[in-house]
Amino acid sequence: MSGYAYYPGCSLLGTGKSYDESVRAVFEALGVPLQELENWNCCGATAYSSIDECTAFALAARNLALAHRRGDPILAPCPNCYLVLTKTQRYLEQYPEIRQRIVQTLERLGLNLGHDVPIRHPLQVLSETPGLEAIRQKIQKPLKGLRVAPYYGCLLARPYPIVEDPWNTTILEDFIRVTGAEVVPYAYRTRCCGGALTGVVREAGLRMVYILLREALRQGAQAVVTTCPLCQFNLEAFQDQALRKNGIQERIPVLYFTQLLGLALGLPPKKLGLHRHLIPFQPQRKALQEAVA
Amino acid sequence: MSAYEPKIVGIFCNWCAYTAADLAGISRMKYAPNVRIIRVMCSGRFDPQMVFWAFKHGADGVLIAGCHPGDCHYQEGNYKALRRYKLLQKLLDQLGIERERVRLEWISASEGEKVKQVIDEMTETLRRLGPLKIQEAPGEEAAAAPAAGGGHHG
Amino acid sequence: MKGNGEVPRIGVYVCDCGTNIAGKVRVAEVVEFARDLPGVVVAREYKYMCSDPGQDLIKRDIQEYNLNRIVVASCSPLLHEHTFRKATAEGGLNPYLVHHVNIREDVSWVHEDSDEATRKAKAIVHGAVLRVAWQKPLEPQSVPVRDSALVVGGGIAGISAALTLAEAGKQVYLVEREPTIGGHMAKFDKTFPTLDCAACILTPKMTAVKDHPNITLITYAEVEEVDGYVGNFKVKVRKKPRYVHEDRCVGCLECIEACVFKEPRFPNEFDLGLSKRKPVYIPFPQAVPPVVTIDPDTCLYLRFGKCKKTCVEACGDRNAIDFDMKPETLELEVGTIILATGFKTFDPTRTPKYGYGRFPEVYTSLEIERLVNSSGPTGGEVVMRNGQKPKRVGIIHCVGSRDKNTNPWCSKVCCMYSLKLAHLIHERSGAEVYNFYIDMRTPGKGYEEFYNRLAKEGVHLIRGRVAEVTDAPLHPEEEGKLIIRVEDTNIGVVRRIPVDMVVLAVGLEPQPDADEVRRLFNISCSTEGWFLERHPKLAPVETFTDGVFVAGACQGPKDIPETVAQAQAAAANALALMDKGSVEMEPNVARVNEELCSGCHICIGLCPYGAISFNEEKKVAEVNEVLCKGCGTCTAACPSGALSQNLFSDHEVFSEIMGVLL
Repeated sequence: MSGYAYYPGCSLLGTGKSYDESVRAVFEALGVPLQELENWNCCGATAYSSIDECTAFALAARNLALAHRRGDPILAPCPNCYLVLTKTQRYLEQYPEIRQRIVQTLERLGLNLGHDVPIRHPLQVLSETPGLEAIRQKIQKPLKGLRVAPYYGCLLARPYPIVEDPWNTTILEDFIRVTGAEVVPYAYRTRCCGGALTGVVREAGLRMVYILLREALRQGAQAVVTTCPLCQFNLEAFQDQALRKNGIQERIPVLYFTQLLGLALGLPPKKLGLHRHLIPFQPQRKALQEAVA
Repeated sequence: MSAYEPKIVGIFCNWCAYTAADLAGISRMKYAPNVRIIRVMCSGRFDPQMVFWAFKHGADGVLIAGCHPGDCHYQEGNYKALRRYKLLQKLLDQLGIERERVRLEWISASEGEKVKQVIDEMTETLRRLGPLKIQEAPGEEAAAAPAAGGGHHG
Repeated sequence: MKGNGEVPRIGVYVCDCGTNIAGKVRVAEVVEFARDLPGVVVAREYKYMCSDPGQDLIKRDIQEYNLNRIVVASCSPLLHEHTFRKATAEGGLNPYLVHHVNIREDVSWVHEDSDEATRKAKAIVHGAVLRVAWQKPLEPQSVPVRDSALVVGGGIAGISAALTLAEAGKQVYLVEREPTIGGHMAKFDKTFPTLDCAACILTPKMTAVKDHPNITLITYAEVEEVDGYVGNFKVKVRKKPRYVHEDRCVGCLECIEACVFKEPRFPNEFDLGLSKRKPVYIPFPQAVPPVVTIDPDTCLYLRFGKCKKTCVEACGDRNAIDFDMKPETLELEVGTIILATGFKTFDPTRTPKYGYGRFPEVYTSLEIERLVNSSGPTGGEVVMRNGQKPKRVGIIHCVGSRDKNTNPWCSKVCCMYSLKLAHLIHERSGAEVYNFYIDMRTPGKGYEEFYNRLAKEGVHLIRGRVAEVTDAPLHPEEEGKLIIRVEDTNIGVVRRIPVDMVVLAVGLEPQPDADEVRRLFNISCSTEGWFLERHPKLAPVETFTDGVFVAGACQGPKDIPETVAQAQAAAANALALMDKGSVEMEPNVARVNEELCSGCHICIGLCPYGAISFNEEKKVAEVNEVLCKGCGTCTAACPSGALSQNLFSDHEVFSEIMGVLL
């Protein structure tokens, strides 16, 4: 075993670059070995499977086979990748006839699918190794007084939840508390961010973004912490439009949970990709804004 | 018929498996026509010699289906079937007959879907295996009538 | 009767079943094929073999062609074997000389290709013709049926069945798990669609059960073991100790008053925890039997062995309280059994989006039934947990029904009870009520009229499946409220409706221990867990085990009128069996050919019923035909071929195998 077979997926190379950076930095700081899966390909996302299911499964299965060959569990920080890989694995177990076709295709590439490559999300991994207690010991700059809205997004909660009972889990909240920050009650923590709607039906997408942000602001959060590159993108890039439309002046930074954790571990903000964000995260940002105004 | 189609004899218990097959019918499920179901009261009536008798008369496989463990209408007939089935598997190995040709399944009265699934699967398996290949002992011919009581035990 | 030993003269009858069979199987071709089979004298096609003219064909041909064997190829023998046996007997032939095979459920309904279906039908008929030649005339054994019945479950189903049986003069044992009978119905205030008071129609029946000389009421007890067979069941019932002698307790309730717990502090199960009770309690004032029960989990003396026992003091000379009471096992002998074990309501924590358990003002419909009940925890006042009346109430239909994530079935009663609750909530609190439904299902006498009445009363009816219940407001008027988010599909708009109270119309589910119960009584369950009836249309209260009947919601969701009708039907079926006084057992028992038996004893250990013994004098095995249930296990195991099961002899089964391998 050469550590987790890190599967960044396409998002983490593009808009989600800071997620990629912060995952690598935090895993390194916590001593959890991580090595990118060699020669990985796109998981196919949700779009491909609605066009050609079988090819979409083959695409995702190739990554499973690569990890199987390496003998390492897959680490998939992007919930969409997590979903597609998990769904592929389950479907291929459930439908032997599809599995057979995929297996044959992979065989031509010299690959063996295997059955049970573990597919893990960083929330799951870090809560087990090194575990919350060990992380707590390593906190150097506790984020005291920071009020955070925990936002899981929908894909980690359904249809293949990363925890047994996604409605009652506190796994993300536990991480936030470890950093010293305060968790605000957030009713919409597993509500959809709008996904691709911001691109295709802008009005509908903006409303969904608005509802999420408004509730975070109403609860007095100073940051939204998420686990998904698409959620982060929607809540940040469309924040201005969504809030302005509804006459709200305030803005709220949207971070990855790995960034929050990295900051508390004392890692430099740049190493965590914080400079890439559109809405700067500075605990004293309110004071700054007021000064500018 | 051009392609090879396996012939399978189904020995189904009255209370669970046969009722499930009725349910599959009532639900208009579509499955392979290769299994001919014979109703017995209990899978405990299953006698390994039925398998050889069936093979002798042209069957490519035999499917035995009874109630789930613990559900037998006669308390434990299905366990008796299971015991005989396990021993039969060893015998099949010795005779060079593929184990997949004889299958034992637990199907409850409500599992119409399972009847379909098992029959389709087994038919597919036997299509792949092809016809039963077994040499008849020289001089022996298929009897025109069933052996008299005990006769086929010879 | 004929049928012994002659050369087989077989009549073959292939049924079209309208187009059910003939639409797929080329019946005429099958008949042609059958005509040439060995021993076949006549082969016919007929549109409906089960009809009178169809049966007459068989009867006539037996006479005309001197037939001695009959093959009918039609539907499942589980449906019509007895029909053709009867016809054969009426034709003057022993009824066990007919063999009925299935070319409908096993062929025409499940195969698409006509050639394949026809080929398979021929093979099946071939098997039947070869087999029937070996069949022998048999005489069924008749066993007496006891004149007593066991009814399991004391809800409205069990009560109705028990009273019907008792009125007909049968001895009835009614076993109920809870301390009182009454079931779910006892919890309701009003019943739809007439809004008559549930207690007013139920409690007289409960009392009638208690007072009926023919009914032995056994509460706080569960069936533990069932042995025997139709007409002669032996049942063991385990009675839990209620620490109160039912015959001595007069129901004065002074012990409750005297209990060392001055205030009730434990959740009252009957009120679903909405009220409190003491360790010594009566579930509700009209409980039957009207005696108290002591709960061992909360009673100080039973838990810790230490208490002033003020209850015993209060009971005084009556001496009804007995802390040394032990569980008791009763042994009953009955001829028939009716299962009326009811249902449970869906646990809405399984649909967390509706917030049950998270938001205190989200209730299940059953909890609201208690709230609106004048003998309930609030005396019929509909109030929130803070004691105030709600201004707006939302009732969400189909919670745990018609939902792939939980239960796919429609629970049948929820639309109607939700409308009823809407009426009662409005009447009691003046609140504005919103009902959220997927489809409004109100088929039943007076049901649609009730729906129309409610619509006129001003209940808001919103067609749409609720997405979520949330406490996160978007607008000022939503502050402090529960917001119901729903797509109103009648106007095509997503709406947010703020309410003070949410009622979840939870669906009906099988009892959690339905699987254990069905094993106990040797019956089947559907995939969902409901008890399986013998036939969904023609035998809705019978089961696959003779003498065991089902009634009420244990067989599937049902409202009260349907439950009562089914309970009385089950009672009628049981009565028919008991009044006849005897039942003919299927003569498929095993027999020993003494000439062949080597006395190896193998069969003796295999028989699950101890029906086979060893005759020391003759040194052979002997089958007790009364004990033999006809499974055939011994026949399969006998190494000498000495054992043979009637109707399933080696000759019969092996010829059928050979025949179907056409």
